[in-house]
Amino acid sequence: MKSFFQMFTTAWIGIATHKLRSFLTIMGIVIGVAAVISLMSVGKGAQASILSRIQSLGANLITISPGFVSSGGVRGGFGGAQSLTLEDAQAIAQQVPYIDLVAPSYSANMQLVAGSSNLNSRVTGVTPEYQGVYNLKTDVGSFFSESDYEEGARVVVLGSTVKTTLFADNDPVDQKMRLGNNIVRVVGVLQSKGNMPGSTDDAVMIPFTAMQQMVAQQKTSTGGHRVSSIALTITDVNKTEEIIAEITSLLRTQHRLSDTASDDFRIMSTQEMAETVTETTGTMTLLLGAIAAISLLVGGIGVMNIMLVSVLERTREIGIRKALGAKERDIWGQFLVEAAFLTFSGGIIGVTVGWGASYLMAHFATMNTLVTLDIVVMAVSVSVGIGLFFGFYPAWNAARLNPIEALRSE
Amino acid sequence: MIRLEGITKIYPIGKRELVVLQDVDLNIANGEMVAIMGASGSGKSTLLNLIGCLDKPSAGRYFLDGKEVGHLSSGELANIRSQKIGFVFQQFNLLSRLSALANVELGMRYTGNSDRKKAIEALDKVGLSDRANHRPTELSGGEQQRVAIARAIVKKPPLILADEPTGNLDSRSGAEIISILTSLHADQGITLIMITHDANIAHHCQRIVYISDGKIVREEKV
Repeated sequence: MKSFFQMFTTAWIGIATHKLRSFLTIMGIVIGVAAVISLMSVGKGAQASILSRIQSLGANLITISPGFVSSGGVRGGFGGAQSLTLEDAQAIAQQVPYIDLVAPSYSANMQLVAGSSNLNSRVTGVTPEYQGVYNLKTDVGSFFSESDYEEGARVVVLGSTVKTTLFADNDPVDQKMRLGNNIVRVVGVLQSKGNMPGSTDDAVMIPFTAMQQMVAQQKTSTGGHRVSSIALTITDVNKTEEIIAEITSLLRTQHRLSDTASDDFRIMSTQEMAETVTETTGTMTLLLGAIAAISLLVGGIGVMNIMLVSVLERTREIGIRKALGAKERDIWGQFLVEAAFLTFSGGIIGVTVGWGASYLMAHFATMNTLVTLDIVVMAVSVSVGIGLFFGFYPAWNAARLNPIEALRSE
Repeated sequence: MIRLEGITKIYPIGKRELVVLQDVDLNIANGEMVAIMGASGSGKSTLLNLIGCLDKPSAGRYFLDGKEVGHLSSGELANIRSQKIGFVFQQFNLLSRLSALANVELGMRYTGNSDRKKAIEALDKVGLSDRANHRPTELSGGEQQRVAIARAIVKKPPLILADEPTGNLDSRSGAEIISILTSLHADQGITLIMITHDANIAHHCQRIVYISDGKIVREEKV
């Protein structure tokens, strides 16, 4: 303990003797570590904000959408197939285990008019389960009821963006508006879920039954009622893969697909989406970190440079220490501790600076940033590691100096 | 205490070999005070470095306190230096960024037990306890050499090796240094080996060894 303390003091004196030089060397590490911390915090921040939006949908959500359609060897885009039906949804609800709620929906573009405002928007006919599946909450009013659904009542629930466009700051509940050629009554406005593609903020929801009356719903060749997508929740998240497999085989039977045909639908779970996002943003974060790590490497080379100079400059001191009985490992340790001390303090300051930078970015550039403990620990230990790695050669050089020659040097 | 048997030291210079010491035999008893004299390049410094375990002989045997040390590893030699040998150099060799006291403490640094009180005692012995916090640059040459002596004796080694300790000093400071070294030898029975050019100083010793071209040519009892 005492000798460790001595080593530390010796290193400190060595560093304090050349304040400017030590400061500049430390700066190299500070910039490197700060760059790693702040850039990786941007990556982590993006990941966290996308994940939180996905999670707001619920971890147990599975959506089924139409897949490709192939005709004469030409493959169409996703959603081109018009294959999902109301009957599929009923079959899933009845035959697949661990299913909580099933919500088929049918969407069509319509012209919305309220007073003097109008908007062309996607209108979705949904079942009452839809509210539960997507975890929807209303800001004002309420979602339409079971009886509204049974009666095919002409009532509508608006997303927050749609409400603002059509009604500005007025209370829209119980107001009448037009949906194509039909008059409907607003019963509720949904809470905002944040701005992202496919958000319910842009949605207009009416009972599925009312939708069937307003638009001529297409039927499939087998006589099923076409739906745009089926969303469902499951009771056990750990069974996600099994449930997806069950649904796949059920739908293949329902759609009478031959063994060689590819699926004409696509199943996605929020869990899967979260995993995909984590993976891609993780790669991005790593890439940003790797770019920043280059500056850390440059800083490390700076440390090595300074340590080599320092050893050269203190050749005589090394000779004196050796004459006083210092072993190779004493000398070696002295310079290694000095290098590690430089980079460690650089690492600590770098974390602070990087943290500050990521805070400023979040504050002024409205970027999501997130500094996680693992980045901090990694950056500091990498910087100390760099000190040890780049300090090793100079320290080894110092340790194996011949004491007589070292004493003779000027 | 010291027994050299047929010690030879050869330095390779490029492809040639330079014989610095040739077949040197020397015995120095415990508590003896010996001067080594000779022209520059005669090999006296190399001899002192070998005795001080800073260097290894190319041939021959070196016994220190009855133990052969000529072929030990550099780590084991460092151990011997830290326990048994104190060096005093012509150029003082103090660390300029440390205070006098810290320089003296450095003398114990590698012995495994450092003690500030002992360092103060040692400074007191050379009469510099009031200069403990001065940097070497704030001290005169004679004072610097006294700090260096304090550094050499702080770990109480049985053997002190001094390589022209007065070489860089005026005659008055030189005389002070010699009287300190002589009293260390007289009071504490330290074995002292000293290289010098100055015949007057050499005559403070009990024995003078003359060396020339790597060989001991003459010994003289004072």
